[in-house]
Amino acid sequence: MPEPPATLYTDLMTPLLAIGPEPLGLEPLVAALAEGGSAGVEGAVVGFLGLVRNHNAGRRVRYLEYQAHEPLALKAFERIAAEVGGRWPGARLALHHRVGRLEIGETSVAIAAASAHRAEAYAACRYAIERVKQIAPIWKREFFEGGDVWIEGATADPDDRTAREHAERVACA
Amino acid sequence: MRVTVRLFARLRDIVGAEEVEREVAPGATAGAVWRQLAAEFPALGDYERSISVAVNADYARMDAAVGEGDEVAFLPPVSGG
Repeated sequence: MPEPPATLYTDLMTPLLAIGPEPLGLEPLVAALAEGGSAGVEGAVVGFLGLVRNHNAGRRVRYLEYQAHEPLALKAFERIAAEVGGRWPGARLALHHRVGRLEIGETSVAIAAASAHRAEAYAACRYAIERVKQIAPIWKREFFEGGDVWIEGATADPDDRTAREHAERVACA
Repeated sequence: MRVTVRLFARLRDIVGAEEVEREVAPGATAGAVWRQLAAEFPALGDYERSISVAVNADYARMDAAVGEGDEVAFLPPVSGG
């Protein structure tokens, strides 16, 4: 059998930014960052996993369901990655979010940030999760013992400078 | 003209559908589409101040004009992560 064309392998590579129902892990993100970078330039990779907690606001959580406007969420991730590159030149981001039903302990979001030095990688990673929570068009419905509720947080305006400045302050604290 | 309205999270529960088609006046803004829907489903009124909008999967403003066949998505406050 002939070798499949090289582009096929490219298509199979883990994207830096993604949203979908598949289970998440940090290693594919770290690998994707390594594939897309020039070896040896970056001295730090910082990873973050967001997990489904079994308690929230005094409620016993049974499971969560995530819903998203997926094409817009990808654009939000692109925007966050661009913001990271602007604020911390040279820093690069990989960011995956999951949708659908997630059980306690499962990973809902995975983020990895790479940069020359650790300070920027830590800051970029923290900034990215703050921005996901501020602007990504993703919603979680919490099913707890006794009922369920849509969680409603930030107002999803990507141009809100106050929100962005808050994320930068938190990232650099 | 007709537009497709996409709804998420609690808005979807209030309207009872992921998306609905609506006839709106030519030159209508996203805000006008919202007000028309909120007149039909008064519970949407809770979101008057907190709603965001995307037109054809791009962030937009409530005063943006929409066109025939556009997809107008209304986004309640988000809770990803």
